Amino acid sequence: MDAVSHFFHAIPIDLIIIQTVNGIVTGMILALIASGLTLIFGIMDVVNFAHGELFMLGAYVGVVVIAATGNFWLGLVASALIVAIFGAALQIVTLRPLIGRDPLNTILATFGISLVLQNYALWQFGPVSRKIPDPMSAHFTLFYLQYPWYRIVIAGLSAAIIGGFYLFLKYSKFGIWIRATAQDRVMAQAMGIPVPLVYTGVFAIGSAMAAASGVLFAPTTGVDHSMGLDWVLKAFIVVVVGGMGNLGGSIAAAIFISLLESYAAIWLDPSQAVIVSFVVLILTLLIRPTGLFVATPK
Amino acid sequence: MTTTAPLDKPLPLERTGLSHTTVFWLGFAVVMAVLIAAPIYLPEFWRRFLTEALIWGLLAMSSDLLIGYTGMVSFGHSAFFGLGMYGAAGALIAFKPPNLWLAIVFGLAGAAGAALFVAYFSTRLRDIYFAITTLIFSQIFYVIIFTWTSVTGGENGLIFDRPHLTIPFIYNARFTSTTLHWFVLAVVAASYLFLRRLTQSPFGMVLQSIRENEPRTRAIGYPVARYKMVAVMLSGLFAGLAGVLYAVQNEFAAPNFVFFLTSGETVIYNVMGGIGTLVGPIVGAGVFQLARELLSRLFGDQFPYLIPLGILFIAIIIFLPQGLLGFARRWLNR
Repeated sequence: MDAVSHFFHAIPIDLIIIQTVNGIVTGMILALIASGLTLIFGIMDVVNFAHGELFMLGAYVGVVVIAATGNFWLGLVASALIVAIFGAALQIVTLRPLIGRDPLNTILATFGISLVLQNYALWQFGPVSRKIPDPMSAHFTLFYLQYPWYRIVIAGLSAAIIGGFYLFLKYSKFGIWIRATAQDRVMAQAMGIPVPLVYTGVFAIGSAMAAASGVLFAPTTGVDHSMGLDWVLKAFIVVVVGGMGNLGGSIAAAIFISLLESYAAIWLDPSQAVIVSFVVLILTLLIRPTGLFVATPK
Repeated sequence: MTTTAPLDKPLPLERTGLSHTTVFWLGFAVVMAVLIAAPIYLPEFWRRFLTEALIWGLLAMSSDLLIGYTGMVSFGHSAFFGLGMYGAAGALIAFKPPNLWLAIVFGLAGAAGAALFVAYFSTRLRDIYFAITTLIFSQIFYVIIFTWTSVTGGENGLIFDRPHLTIPFIYNARFTSTTLHWFVLAVVAASYLFLRRLTQSPFGMVLQSIRENEPRTRAIGYPVARYKMVAVMLSGLFAGLAGVLYAVQNEFAAPNFVFFLTSGETVIYNVMGGIGTLVGPIVGAGVFQLARELLSRLFGDQFPYLIPLGILFIAIIIFLPQGLLGFARRWLNR
């Protein structure tokens, strides 16, 4: 009995609550990135290797706009718009010629894009990480920490963007086009839906979501050219664990994995905590290769 | 992949009246003669450059067994390469005097371990899922090597001495850059011949039928999963061999080589040179390394050479999906 009570005393309740909050905040950002990724995959059959670079590029555009105007929210909107246009251009130039070819070709092409973008960022902005000042300085007390409200706002905003996107898919005309294309491309085309336009639009929307999460996330750590890779790897794990092309599953998996990593970081070095999500991935592949958060396929 | 469409045009060589076998071995002999003679005439820098290009070529060729012949794009070859490198490093540090053959044995054992692990889990998946999981597996090895500082030296990597070139009881001498080149060339050429024979064997035919139509291969009764696992393991072994050679040439092992960029460059070599040709990836590696070297000479060391090379890579995927040697694909596989 004594040993048991000692064990429970050894669990740092305060740390666990703090890490729960942290995990949900990073989970929401991850969900925003992963839902763009899974959208692009689910509709275009494109595994977007360059998604992390769009995230990174969004953060850099944010840095530039915020430095010029001093307004964080303007930077957020401008970055999402600019990267959306850029993403549309990228899709037209590099991915449109690959439509109808094996999806593996698109992995290779987007991998090429990610190399080019990453090296461009390194060349243009240098290896030193840039800072974005916190857009709001209010804090609240969480045990012994002064926890910034901004992080809670990030989580709320990410949820709002995902929710807005869901409504857009559900009710807007373009959203209905997107869902129709996802269900049956040939039939959608036969019904007069401009499928190439839908593809470009979807890529632009996914890019904008990545860029927005880049700007939202930037104040918490800083912006550098290699920030995309960590996130895109995590987003890949999330998308596989959540079930490829499944929006709800990705969001659940994003929060699940971020929470696990946050808890692991109590006992492990943060760079090793990543291994926890790798283990989740391996277990998922072993037990349910179609994804943890999807209905059992018939 | 769609890049595997057959080519119907006969090559001009076929009009000469010589048999395919004769022409092939003549060509092989000529290329080998050039590569054997090259270090004698090249200056030191280019001699080392050529050796290194051959090592990258071996890495690329190993991954061609998966990409070109089995239809599985691996984004995780850096793990096998890196484990081969660190395995060799371990043997070279642990044994005094350092022994070349022990380094090869340890490197191959390391790569085989990694390959077994990756093969067991990732061959359950196909296409893009396979690509993504191999990528993530290679990152697992990267994180372990990067953070396990007491064994792997962490970010700084390991430094060691180059072993002697020994053939037991017969020969024992220090490597010069020329003998090292010949040694590497011998290993790469032997690997090429082995892989070529392998891809033409019944085993290789099954791999190619998996590439063309996996469900049908399974329906015929082949244990597809087992074939894929063996293919990943063999590919991993040759990638590990490339890692050992790299360690021997450069006398250090660093976590950067386990990072996924190495895997990505391996895929680039394959696509540039032409997948499913075995020689193509070697040519691709050579062209890539040469372009990188020339770009940094023209524009300085800080020039982001991956920007033009990345754009070239995308252009090749769109406009020349068969790669540089794609036109000779059928002929080379006959």
